[in-house]
Amino acid sequence: MRLYAAVAVSGFKRYATYRVATVAGVFTNTVFGFILAYTYTALWDERPHLGGYDLDQALTFVWLGQALLAAVALMGGGFQEELQDRIRSGDIAVDLYRPVDLQSWWLATELGRALFQLLGRGVVPMGIGALVFELRLPASPLTWLWFLLSVALAVCVGFAVRYLVSLASFWLLDGTGLSMLSGLLCLFFSGMILPLNVFPGQLGEIARALPWAAMLQVPADVFLEEHRGAGLLGAFAFQTGWLVVLLAAGRVLQSVATRKVVVQGG
Amino acid sequence: MAESAVSNGLRAYVLIVGMWVRSTMAYRTSFLIMTLGNLLATGLDFVAIALMFTHIGQLGGFTLDEVAFLYGTTSIAFGLADLTLGTMGRLGQRVRDGTMDTLLVRPVPILAQVAADRFALRRLGRITQGAVLLGWSLARLDIDWTVDRALLMPVMLLSGGAIFGALFVLGGAFQFWAKDASEVQNAFTFGGTTLLEYPPTVFGKELLRGVTFVIPLAFVNWLPALHILGRPDPLGLPARIGFAAPLVACGCCAVAGLAWRAGLRAYQSTGS
Repeated sequence: MRLYAAVAVSGFKRYATYRVATVAGVFTNTVFGFILAYTYTALWDERPHLGGYDLDQALTFVWLGQALLAAVALMGGGFQEELQDRIRSGDIAVDLYRPVDLQSWWLATELGRALFQLLGRGVVPMGIGALVFELRLPASPLTWLWFLLSVALAVCVGFAVRYLVSLASFWLLDGTGLSMLSGLLCLFFSGMILPLNVFPGQLGEIARALPWAAMLQVPADVFLEEHRGAGLLGAFAFQTGWLVVLLAAGRVLQSVATRKVVVQGG
Repeated sequence: MAESAVSNGLRAYVLIVGMWVRSTMAYRTSFLIMTLGNLLATGLDFVAIALMFTHIGQLGGFTLDEVAFLYGTTSIAFGLADLTLGTMGRLGQRVRDGTMDTLLVRPVPILAQVAADRFALRRLGRITQGAVLLGWSLARLDIDWTVDRALLMPVMLLSGGAIFGALFVLGGAFQFWAKDASEVQNAFTFGGTTLLEYPPTVFGKELLRGVTFVIPLAFVNWLPALHILGRPDPLGLPARIGFAAPLVACGCCAVAGLAWRAGLRAYQSTGS
């Protein structure tokens, strides 16, 4: 356990060194936040209470999305490219001989990275959004706690999805295309482009049941206090359920994949 | 002298691009899958817009057909710049890891080398997707095709591509100083396309003034498109202001060129 904590701390520190990149990221998140906020205002002007949100809630959703984009890695990224590189180059063989669990190791680096991104790239855009627009902040202080728990689960679900995608490199060798596709699907089905409760009919029902919903839609609804009491438990159960399924799938795929590894050279 | 430098650069660009295209074509199936994926995936944000229109008839006073027109034109303009100069974003990485030095010692213009590096033909996917949407919207829109409007179409797409291209080069030049701030470039390029996909009436006047007079993104498609669609400009600019797009594009390219030179002069190798 202490080992994984140390790995997480180094993941945090590693991203903390890229100061200019963090400032640049804050700038980008803020620009996109403004563009989306204006569009949502036009949309909710036409149809107030669309998807059960009022305008303040819709705008809060926009800025939550920007705040969580880097932390939950909604566009992909994080450990993904590095792991894929190690699989392609064969360095993964060395990792497999280490007396640590591969999946837990990468999850620990991700948790460290996510915590930094949440503080470094999440707080400032959200603050700017709150200054310029009328946002719906939680009425109860407990909600903040539930929100952070939900974000932690979202980070883990995001990790589990991208871990599966990365392992596909064992078969594909070049995982760039699949990573891109996975990132775009995540943007669409997490609610980043449009909240999932605005998706019409059956498409909406399917989208809200997919694992990507656990990455933005659920934490945002927790923050907006759409889930209360038993509903809150249901939201956490949804996130945890997908997390367990995806992590288990990652384990199975990992054991199949490692049997494929051929160590070359002498 | 200046002319031969330009033709030299273009020749080098074409040669390097040709090399990357040949290497891509070595794995033809993979290329086809990637292009098809690129084509489908870049359209997901339009799907989101279409989903919005299941709830509303108009957004900012514009119909879905008109928004598809805006989306298609910005997608093609951005796609042209992304295809030819998209890998400029990797410049920061080259500056960081020192591989920039290899480019400097070659007797070929640096900009041509950086722009052609890892040229990805699959980026045709975005242009195709934009063209399909533009075609779809043109078939459904009832546009009064006067000569000047028909003329404005290709002018808009090409100058739009040039404006975005200038932004890519400008972002690349910025990397010589900032080193790991490619995100700033994304704010203007990807952020710019997202902005231009929606009707200008959706946004505040200050923002519109900013993208008209400061970073002239409005000339990529908004101002010409408003004339083609026969709609007034929310800022009250004359209807034919869209025809200034090529001039604006030339201005942007000149600024980007100067910034590139300055950036290259300021470059200090990392060394080890």
